[in-house]
Amino acid sequence: MPSYLFWLFSTVMLIGGVSVIAFRNPVSSALSVVTCFVGLAGLFIGLSAFFVGVIQILVYTGAVMVLFLFIIMLLDLKDEEKAAKPLLPIAAGIALVAAFTVQLIGILSRTPNVIAPNLDKETLAAAASGFPATSKIATTLTQGKLPDVHLIGHTLFTQYNLPLQILGVLLLVATIGVVILSKRQAD
Amino acid sequence: MNLAWTLLFLPLAVAAANQLVLKKTGLAPIVSVGSALATFVIALILLGKNETAYFAWATIGDFSINIGIKLDQLSTGMMIVVTGVGLLVHVFSLAYMKDDAAKARYFAGLSLFMFSMTGIVLADNFIMTFIFWELVGLSSYLLIGHWYQKESAADAAKKAFLCNRIGDFGFMVGILMLWGITGHLAFDQMKGGLEAFQAANPAIFGGVLSAAVLCIFCGAVGKSAQLPLHVWLPDAMEGPTPVSALIHAATMVAAGVYMLFRLQFTLGFEVFEGLQASAVIAWTGGITALAAALMATQQDDIKRVLAYSTLSQLGYMVMAVGLVSGEAGMFHLFTHAWFKALLFLGSGAVIFACHHEQDIWKMGGLLKKMPITGFTFLIGFAALIAVPFTSGFFSKEQILEAAHQKEPILFWIAAAVAVFTPFYMTRLYVVAFLGKNRSENASHAHEVGPLMSGPLVLLATLGAIAGFPFIAEKFSPAYHQPEHLIHLGFVTYVSIGALLTGVIAGCVLYAGKEKDPVSIPLLQNRFYIDGLYDNFLVRYFQDTFAAIIAFFDEFIISGLIVGGLSRAAESFGNLFRKVQSGSLQGYAFAFGLGVILVVYFTVFGR
Amino acid sequence: MATLNDYLLVSGLLFAIGLAGVVLRRNVIIVFMCLELMLSAANLTLVAFSRFNVPPNGLPDYNGQMLVFFVITVAAAEVAVGLAIIVALYRARQTIHTDELTSLKG
Repeated sequence: MPSYLFWLFSTVMLIGGVSVIAFRNPVSSALSVVTCFVGLAGLFIGLSAFFVGVIQILVYTGAVMVLFLFIIMLLDLKDEEKAAKPLLPIAAGIALVAAFTVQLIGILSRTPNVIAPNLDKETLAAAASGFPATSKIATTLTQGKLPDVHLIGHTLFTQYNLPLQILGVLLLVATIGVVILSKRQAD
Repeated sequence: MNLAWTLLFLPLAVAAANQLVLKKTGLAPIVSVGSALATFVIALILLGKNETAYFAWATIGDFSINIGIKLDQLSTGMMIVVTGVGLLVHVFSLAYMKDDAAKARYFAGLSLFMFSMTGIVLADNFIMTFIFWELVGLSSYLLIGHWYQKESAADAAKKAFLCNRIGDFGFMVGILMLWGITGHLAFDQMKGGLEAFQAANPAIFGGVLSAAVLCIFCGAVGKSAQLPLHVWLPDAMEGPTPVSALIHAATMVAAGVYMLFRLQFTLGFEVFEGLQASAVIAWTGGITALAAALMATQQDDIKRVLAYSTLSQLGYMVMAVGLVSGEAGMFHLFTHAWFKALLFLGSGAVIFACHHEQDIWKMGGLLKKMPITGFTFLIGFAALIAVPFTSGFFSKEQILEAAHQKEPILFWIAAAVAVFTPFYMTRLYVVAFLGKNRSENASHAHEVGPLMSGPLVLLATLGAIAGFPFIAEKFSPAYHQPEHLIHLGFVTYVSIGALLTGVIAGCVLYAGKEKDPVSIPLLQNRFYIDGLYDNFLVRYFQDTFAAIIAFFDEFIISGLIVGGLSRAAESFGNLFRKVQSGSLQGYAFAFGLGVILVVYFTVFGR
Repeated sequence: MATLNDYLLVSGLLFAIGLAGVVLRRNVIIVFMCLELMLSAANLTLVAFSRFNVPPNGLPDYNGQMLVFFVITVAAAEVAVGLAIIVALYRARQTIHTDELTSLKG
């Protein structure tokens, strides 16, 4: 991924993030989150994680943020009144973020930097030997393309089968929990 | 021995069953009567046996508290009295309590009492005696307060309980002292321990033993209602009359005498000869006998007259024990149990027939209406005033004889009692049973049913003949056979003279009278002892003491110790309470700060 | 070419922004969004590690992306439940401002 694209998406993402906490209108905040996630999805794709990038768009910006907007509208939230915000929390928050950033830079400056390994056609074709020759993964790899979705599916259903099942149960439980929570209590 | 254990625990099982299971079924009275009958039969079988058995109840290190049974003539004879009177009272209660709403509770109480009393009688050590001593106190409390809705009954129950507690405190101290002296609690081992103590400390032996015996005597003072703790017994007449007959005339109040005699019997009679404590006991008994007889002469409530008469007879017994002539006392206990139970049940029948009228001046002419009751009452009356050849005569004679030999002043006191006893009993009988009906209730009275008259007849028979040697020898807990059936001598002349004086004076004063011709406020008010207790002891002593305790509790305990600790904890907690601001941002900030600190210490801090 | 540290820096900044939002904002829904930002920042880190840590077969390390997959799924469930709680809270208290929700105050 070329550097300028990385910085472009990073900037989009960070500006989106800052606007989330800067806007007073919740709807604007939610749309800022969407912007932020779009930038994030760009970064994912730049990292050759195509499936995750698409999921980020579909699930987060598509489903989750729409749900947020839906709730904001359901509750009919007004702008936060511009109360005279006490100075102390703001100062504390900013100090916290500053300390965190300083620490982050400190850590990063002490760790050796790493450059992304190559994912050129030769590497991919060589990797095809690890898979059955007739499989879709092997054929795609020999063509010099990264079969991202297939590889994720392969890993998910071979190595992470049980967690996947548990995740299914978790979603079911969450669904039931939400239904019970949002049921109006009988008076 | 299994029979003896059954004798002890059957009534407990029945009491529990009555209270827990049979309450609703109406079977409770039958089951209780059945158990009383069974215990009586067992008591008859066990009579005269000589055995001991025990099991460890609680063990603390090398020391163990036993629940044990000691069978000998003393305990088995006493059991005959307890179960015999108990059985008849149970039967009588069937009729007397027929319409009571809480029959199951009543019979459960009776069975609990039978269990407790059996425990006292059969106990083979002092701890067990004490445990069951408290249990009879409890069952007595429950039964006096059976009609607890009535304020006077509830108060009387409370009074009985409290008076007994005062005595029991001394009793407990006495038991501990005796334990300290002899090193044993079981009766069988005490004598040896006492002798060892006497050999080791001859100088202080008499004083220490006297103190211990006097402390134990406190228990008897409470339970047998001797001066100055006698005040609860007359009030205890608030309970149902059969209860008065069983507990407050025949058995429980005699437990004090029994226990004192058991103590003498255990430690050996010779030890008590000349002991200061014995003199105190004898004088307490004598004075109680006289005071109670005087108070009885001015009471109008039929049961109260009998209650004071009981006090006075108990005084006799205690005096006999104090004079180290316990056999005479126990013999009197034996005969007294029958005729006093008879008198109480007779009064119960009268009260029942007169629709719960207890004032003798509102009765009158009952002999014609209730011939069986009247006649059996007459037999009890004769036995109580010691008409020759009745049971009371033989036993009282022995006590007078003992007093005459050992302490002339006490003999004359006893003789005075022997004058007043026929006097107040004649007054009672003449006023209540002879003459004309003086109220509606009395004129509607009619003879009671067989469930009531049966026990009366049986008790009357026993009251008449129980004093003859052929019965007393076998059944009395302790009996000293005289050389002649009647030894005509100075004592007998005095006794018969006193009897005649009393009866004639009573007849002359009260025959045909409509209301009491004599009025002595001092005696009516029972020497003002109750008033003194209420006004002086309760108001000044108890209140002052309570104020001191309250001060201690308020400032030292609450304020300094408990309060101080809690205040320290509270202020410490308040300090941390500030942290729980309830502000989400505050928590998030603390959380973030924590993350930064962790990162700092793991990455940079090293 | 962007290096691993670049990605980590960017994701760290996004996390810091999320944390600042949680500390500063009083609207529960926005606090909640900021939580999502922090989760996403973590996801970015994971994907970056997945790409920069290459196992012997030369392909990206898909274990990291598995974790991202699970985080996204759990986050979706969490959002559903969290929003339901917020709705219930709003019904009960007529407010979703954290400075008015201080029942936990000791």
